[in-house]
Amino acid sequence: MWRRINSAARKGTGPGRGDPSAERSGARQAVIAVSNVSKAYAAGFKALKNVNLDIRRGEIFALLGPNGAGKTTLISIVCGIVNATEGNVLVDGHDIVADYRAARQLIGLVPQELTTDAFESVWATVSFSRGLFGKSANPAHIEKVLKDLSLWDKKDSKVMTLSGGMKRRLLIAKALSHEPNILFLDEPTAGVDVNLRRDMWQLVRSLREAGVTIILTTHYIDEAEEMADRIGVISKGEIILVEDKIELMQKLGKKHLTLQLQHPLVELPAALAAYDLQLANGGTELTYTYDTQSERTGIVPLLDRLSDAGIVFKDLQTTQSSLEDIFVSLVKDAP
Amino acid sequence: MNVPAMRAIYKFEMARTGRTLMQSIISPVISTSLYFVVFGAAIGARIQQVEGISYGAFIVPGLIMLSLLTQSISNASFGIYFPRFTGTIYELLSAPVSYLEIVVSYVGAAATKSMILGIIILATAGLFVPLKIAHPVWMIVFLVLTAVTFSLFGFIIGIWADGFEKLQLVPLLIVTPLTFLGGSFYSIDMLPPFWQTVTLFNPVVYLISGFRWSFYEIADVNVAVSLGMTALFLTVFLAIVAWIFTTGYRLKA
Ligand SMILES: Nc1ncnc2c1ncn2[C@@H]1O[C@H](COP(=O)(O)OP(=O)(O)O)[C@@H](O)[C@H]1O
Ligand SMILES: [Mg+2]
Repeated sequence: MWRRINSAARKGTGPGRGDPSAERSGARQAVIAVSNVSKAYAAGFKALKNVNLDIRRGEIFALLGPNGAGKTTLISIVCGIVNATEGNVLVDGHDIVADYRAARQLIGLVPQELTTDAFESVWATVSFSRGLFGKSANPAHIEKVLKDLSLWDKKDSKVMTLSGGMKRRLLIAKALSHEPNILFLDEPTAGVDVNLRRDMWQLVRSLREAGVTIILTTHYIDEAEEMADRIGVISKGEIILVEDKIELMQKLGKKHLTLQLQHPLVELPAALAAYDLQLANGGTELTYTYDTQSERTGIVPLLDRLSDAGIVFKDLQTTQSSLEDIFVSLVKDAP
Repeated sequence: MNVPAMRAIYKFEMARTGRTLMQSIISPVISTSLYFVVFGAAIGARIQQVEGISYGAFIVPGLIMLSLLTQSISNASFGIYFPRFTGTIYELLSAPVSYLEIVVSYVGAAATKSMILGIIILATAGLFVPLKIAHPVWMIVFLVLTAVTFSLFGFIIGIWADGFEKLQLVPLLIVTPLTFLGGSFYSIDMLPPFWQTVTLFNPVVYLISGFRWSFYEIADVNVAVSLGMTALFLTVFLAIVAWIFTTGYRLKA
């Protein structure tokens, strides 16, 4: 288990931490504001189409989308690696082009690919990152970051001798070396084993507690579901939805009522045609799908009609659809 | 000015140099010694003197230039090409560093290394022939200007190249021939008149001539012209680098 990053080690960031009124206004002011950003790559391929997105201070934001949706492109634009074709981005009020120094100082980036310098030592490469971001040397901070990421005993090892999981942690250590307020994690758990994934989630949570805003991209829905405060769904270069995770689940969440029937049904009686019903398990299971948000769930009248039709059930249960179902239906319906 | 970043890049590049220090030093020492054996002893036995200087001593500035040019280009081109190749350039592009800071740090490190090698070659040459440096200050000026100018050229190649072959191509196909034909091992006066004129289109002639003047006060072209031409190359390469960074050529999609 990695050690938790304690908030005492971090300087207070953002306006009036702890003061509830200031906190509310801080939340209103986006820490990252992406406005009308489009990206056409050299070949003319449109990877982003008029993206508008606000990231709130201190939140964990999950950018969810299938491969090729434009997640990395969007992150790369905010971090200064790719030029936007149109639009602008403000990071804590600083324009990423005109005021790139101020903007970039606030950001730590953990890239999707495991790109590391093979011949450097762990210590040297992390110290290099800190210097690159304009911070004077601070061995105590580097030591802390390496310890938090369980890399301390590897500090003198050459990077090429590290395992894949260690390299991933090294990239996180490099990103945290300059004490950023905003951390981008581009598919942090792709190809990572279950334990490491859990550690990663724990780390992200403790960073958030320390006041760091976290934007992670993923195509694992359970990851977004597990981690995020808010979720943005991106597909084919367009943000098709941004929602609070909980609201998203409620709003778009479908519930299923499954009835175990006493006697198998061959087909549904015509009287029940108005309901979204499915027969399964050789006619012994009847599933009713309904919207949790709608005014009436329709359960009571359905049960009345079932008894009118003489259909008897011996048991029932309800299940809620996961983000995965929501996601699949969203991406399917996207233009 | 992001001084910690410049220091970090410079240190990183010098550490890379340090890891290959032995081959960096041994190979020029050996090749310089070989040049002296082949050119100095074998050919020098026949030529003996060029413009009143022993042939062995005459080729020293040319030898240093040869190594200064090739080393500056290969150090700087590799220094910037490698992060592009491995992908670690993402960090440089996302850091709060200006283009000028990036160029100064990479080019400064590459030039430092090639100047160290130049001085090692000078010292090695001193073992074979008596050396005389008439204008040490100008010698240093030409050394620094050339190292910086061609490190800039190397930086450009490192950004332009999209494979290791291209990285080798320019030094091999252009720089080495130009240096050999640029009067490293002979005086331009020794050529037939037609080739003397052709040679004046070779930029390396001006570098070697000026450098040699700082040693022995003999020059193929006027020293002021040499200095002017070096400054011109510097300006041209600076302009190209400025263009690269403003357009993001091969750096940013
Ligand atoms: N440098 C590039 N040149 C051309 N097309 C690119 C480049 N980088 C990404 N793309 C294309 O842009 C689209 C979005 O890519 P990316 O942002 O990496 O998606 P994601 O991170 O969501 O998987 C993909 O179709 C990809 O092929
Ligand atoms: Mg990606």
